[in-house]
Amino acid sequence: MTATSAPPAPETAAGRPLPRLPWNRHLIAIAVLAVLLVPLPLILPPAQASVAVRVLIFALMSIGWNMMSGFGGMFSFGHAAYFGIGAYASAWLLVEHRVSPWIGILAGMVVAAAFAALIGFLALRYKLRGAYFALATFAFAEMLRLWATNSDFVNRAVGYHVPLRPEASWWWLQFEPSSPNYFWVALALTVVALVVSVLYLRSRAGQFTKAARDDEDAAAAVGIPVMRYKLLTMALSAAITAVAGAFYVQYFLFIDPDLAFGSSVSIQAILPAVIGGVATVWGPVIGAVVMGPLNDVTATMLRNPPAGLEFLQGRSGLDVIVYGTLLIIIVLVLPKGIYGTIRQRWFRR
Amino acid sequence: MTLLRVDGISKSFQGLRAVDEVSFEVAEGSILGVIGPNGAGKTTIFNLIAGALRPDSGRVHLAGREITGHTPHQVTAAGMTRTFQLMRPFYSMTVLENVTIAVLAGGGAKRTARTAAAELIDRVGLGRWRDAPTEGLPTAALKRLELARAVASKPRVLLLDEVLAGLVPAERAPVMELLEQLRTDDGVTLVFVEHIMAAVMRLSDSVLVLDLGRVLTTGAPEEVTRDPRVIEAYLGEDPHAHA
Amino acid sequence: MTSPADQGHVAAAGDVATLDPDEARAPAGRAVPWRRIAVITALIVVAVVLAYVRSGSGVVVVQAVATGVLIGGVYGLIAMGLTLIFGVLDIVNFAHGSFLALALFLTFGLAQAGLHPYLALAVSVPAMFLLGVLVQRGILAGAMGKPLENQLLITLGISLIIENALLLFFGANPRSVPLPGDRGVPIFEAVANLSRILAFVGALLLAGLLYLLLQRTRLGTAIRAVAANDTGAQLVGIDTRVIYAVTFALGTACAGAAGTLVAPLVTIEPTTGALFNIVAFVVVVLGGMGNVVGALVGGLVIGLAEQLGGIYLPGQSPLLSVFIVFVLVLFLRPQGLFGRSA
Repeated sequence: MTATSAPPAPETAAGRPLPRLPWNRHLIAIAVLAVLLVPLPLILPPAQASVAVRVLIFALMSIGWNMMSGFGGMFSFGHAAYFGIGAYASAWLLVEHRVSPWIGILAGMVVAAAFAALIGFLALRYKLRGAYFALATFAFAEMLRLWATNSDFVNRAVGYHVPLRPEASWWWLQFEPSSPNYFWVALALTVVALVVSVLYLRSRAGQFTKAARDDEDAAAAVGIPVMRYKLLTMALSAAITAVAGAFYVQYFLFIDPDLAFGSSVSIQAILPAVIGGVATVWGPVIGAVVMGPLNDVTATMLRNPPAGLEFLQGRSGLDVIVYGTLLIIIVLVLPKGIYGTIRQRWFRR
Repeated sequence: MTLLRVDGISKSFQGLRAVDEVSFEVAEGSILGVIGPNGAGKTTIFNLIAGALRPDSGRVHLAGREITGHTPHQVTAAGMTRTFQLMRPFYSMTVLENVTIAVLAGGGAKRTARTAAAELIDRVGLGRWRDAPTEGLPTAALKRLELARAVASKPRVLLLDEVLAGLVPAERAPVMELLEQLRTDDGVTLVFVEHIMAAVMRLSDSVLVLDLGRVLTTGAPEEVTRDPRVIEAYLGEDPHAHA
Repeated sequence: MTSPADQGHVAAAGDVATLDPDEARAPAGRAVPWRRIAVITALIVVAVVLAYVRSGSGVVVVQAVATGVLIGGVYGLIAMGLTLIFGVLDIVNFAHGSFLALALFLTFGLAQAGLHPYLALAVSVPAMFLLGVLVQRGILAGAMGKPLENQLLITLGISLIIENALLLFFGANPRSVPLPGDRGVPIFEAVANLSRILAFVGALLLAGLLYLLLQRTRLGTAIRAVAANDTGAQLVGIDTRVIYAVTFALGTACAGAAGTLVAPLVTIEPTTGALFNIVAFVVVVLGGMGNVVGALVGGLVIGLAEQLGGIYLPGQSPLLSVFIVFVLVLFLRPQGLFGRSA
C-alpha cells in the first residue's frame, strides 16, 4: 500500500533488495478470510452458528489483549476491566438512556481507552513491571467488579437485561436469535480489529511500541518517547477489548458484574492469544478457533456423560479444566503458541 | 564553539559520591576521550548527561540549551545520542529493523527509512548481517549495530560507551576509521569512554581523566598519559597495558 | 533508574535480606526496623481512631479490630507460603488459593467421615506438601528460568484445573464444616467465635514453626541460600532442584494448613480459594515479595484494612478496601513495607 512494500522493492546502494514486509500479506489474508467466512452462518446449523459468534468474541477480546501484552510487552491480567467497561457502557446507555448500541460501542471504547491510559500512566509513572504490573491490572479490574456489584449507579449485582424489541432492527442491533446478522456484525468488528492492528503495527507508533517492549532504555536512547507510545498502545488495546464487551451484551442480552469484570474474563482474553501465539497477528484468532468450540464439546459431554461418570451429569467446569490443561501444555511444549510455532518452523522467523 | 558543556554535575548513591563536581566542555566537531580506572564514574557521567539519571546538582548544556534533567528521549531529540556499554539491540528484530526504527525515531520519512537504514548498515560494515535477527549475532556485529542505531538518530553529539571493548584488534581498526569519518564527513562531535589506550591516543583531540568520581586532569592525549597523577591513579593498572 | 523490577532484583539478590531481615543488616546485629514498625503502628492507630469517628461506636470498632487481627493471622500464614515460593522460585503462584480450596474440601470430607476438623491437619498438610512436590517436579520444573509470564500462566492453568475439578466433582453448592463445641468468646466488648481464635492461634504457631525451620535448620539455611543466589548455592553443593521442590511444597503446605484452619469459618465452595488467593497477593506485596516475616505482618494489616474498610465504605465489599490499600502500596511502596528500601 505504500512505496516501501510495492513490488519492485527499493534497493540499497549495494544493490541488494530489501526484504519484503509482511503487512500486505496480512491484509490480503484478512480480506480473503473475511470473504470466505461471510456465508458461514448460512451453512452452519444455528447451534454451531452461535459457537462461531462466540469464537469471534473470544478473538476480539484477545486481539485487544495481544496488542498491549504481546506487541506492547505489558502483561495485562486485568483485561476484564476493558471488556466490562465496554459491556456496561453500552448496556447502561441503552437501558437507562435509550441510546443505540452502536453509539454505546463507541462510548465503551472511549471510556475503556481513557481508563487504560489512566492505569497505564500510573503504572508507568511508578515504574511497575512484570509481576507487579500484572497484579496492578488485576487489582483495577477487581475494583471495578466490586464497585459495580455494590453500586446503585449500575444496578448492583443484578446488572442489566437488554430489553427485547418487537422487531429486528439494525439501529438497535437486535435480530432473531438465530439471525446470521449477529455473525456478520461480529465478523465485521473482528476484521476491523485485525486490520487496525496490522495498520498499527506497520505504523511508526507500532514500530516504536515494539522497540520499547524489546528494550525501553535503548528505545528512549534513539529518541522514542516511550511513555507516550505505551499509553497509546494500552488505550488502543483497551478499546478493542471494549468492543468485544459491548457486542457481548447485545448478543447475549445480559450483563452482570461477574460476567463483565470477573477474573475469568481476563483469562478468556489471555487464553486465545497464548494458545495461538502471543505477539502474532493471527495468534488470537487461531486460539479463539481452538477455544470456542471446546466449550460446546464439553457441555455436550456433560449432558450425556460416558458410562461410569453418570454423577457428572449437569455439572459444569469441564470446559475450564480443558482450557487449563491446554494452557499448561501450550506454555510447556509450544511457548510460542500454535501459529507462532508454525510460523517459526515454516518461515524460520 | 562549545557544543556540550557540563558544569559541576554530582551524583551520590546511598551517600557514596559516584560523580563529584565534574565539569568539562566539548567543542563542536572535536573528539573527547574519557578514561579512568574502573569505578571512576565514567558510565555514570554518561547516564547523567544522557538523562538516564538525574544529577543531584550541576548543569548540562547542549548547543546553548540547558538539558539538565531531561528524559533520555528528550536528550536524543535535542541532538545527543548515547550507546550502551552492554549492547542492547531490539532483540526481536533484524539488524535492518533495529536501524530503521532509529531512523524513524530521528524523524526520517517512513518511505525512505528502510533504504536509509540499509545504507547506514552497509556503511558500518554490517551488510552481511543486514537481514539477520539480532539474536545470536557476534559481539563485533552487535557493537556496530549499537553504533549504527545511534548514528541513525542523526545526533550532533555521540556518547560512545566502550564501543571497542570486546573486539579483537583486527576488528577495532575499521570501527576507529568509522568514528573518524563520522567526525570529518558528518561533523559529529564524539565523547567516548574507552579502556583501549591506543584508540584514545589515536582518536582524541583531548582527554578527560576521571578518578573516584572527580576530574583528575584534562588535556591533549600525550600530556595526559605522562601526567604522574594519572599514572598514580592507574597504579598497578598501567594505562598502556590494554593497548 | 530504580524500578520495581530493579528492586525485585535487589530483593532477589539480597533475598537473605528478605527471608532474614536480621542477617541482612548484619553489621548492626539484630537490627529490627523499629522506625518502620513505629510508622505502621501509628498508621494503624490513626485508622482505628478514624473508624471510631466514622462509626461513633466503640463496640463496632473493637469488633472490627478483633475480627481483623484474627483473620489477619490466617492471611499471614497463607501469604507466608506464597511469598516463600516467590522468594525462592521467583514464581507468582496463582494456584496458591486453589491448594487452599483443595484443603478445604479435604477437611470437609474428613469431617463428614467423623474426624475432628483440626485433626484433618494431619492429613491436609502432608497431602498438600506431597501435591506441591508433584506439581513442582512434574509441571513447573519444566518452566524454571523461563519468562515470568510463562510461570504465571502455568500456575493459572493449575488453578483453573483444581478449582474446576472441585466444581465438577462437588458441584457449586456451598458447604460448611461445623467445629464441635464452637461458641462465642467475649473479647472486651466484642465477640469472636472460638473457631476464629483457634484458627488465629494455629496460624501463628505454624508461622512460627516455618520461621524456625527457615532460620534454625540446615534445610532452612539451604532454602535461604538458594533464595539469595541459586548459582552460588549450587556451587557449594546444594541440590537446587530438591530445594525448589521442597520450598514449593512448604508453600502449598502452608495453604493446606490454612485451608483446614479456616474450614469452620467460611462457606466452602470451589471459588473460596480464589478469594484467599487475591488477599494473599495483596499481603505478599505489602510485606515485600519474598519477605516471610513481612507476610505475617502484612496479613495482620490487611485483615485490619478489610474490617476497618467495611466501616469507612459501608455498603461496599470489604475486598474493595483491600484493593485500595494494595494499589496504594504498589504505587507508593512497591518494595513492600519491609522489603529493602531503594
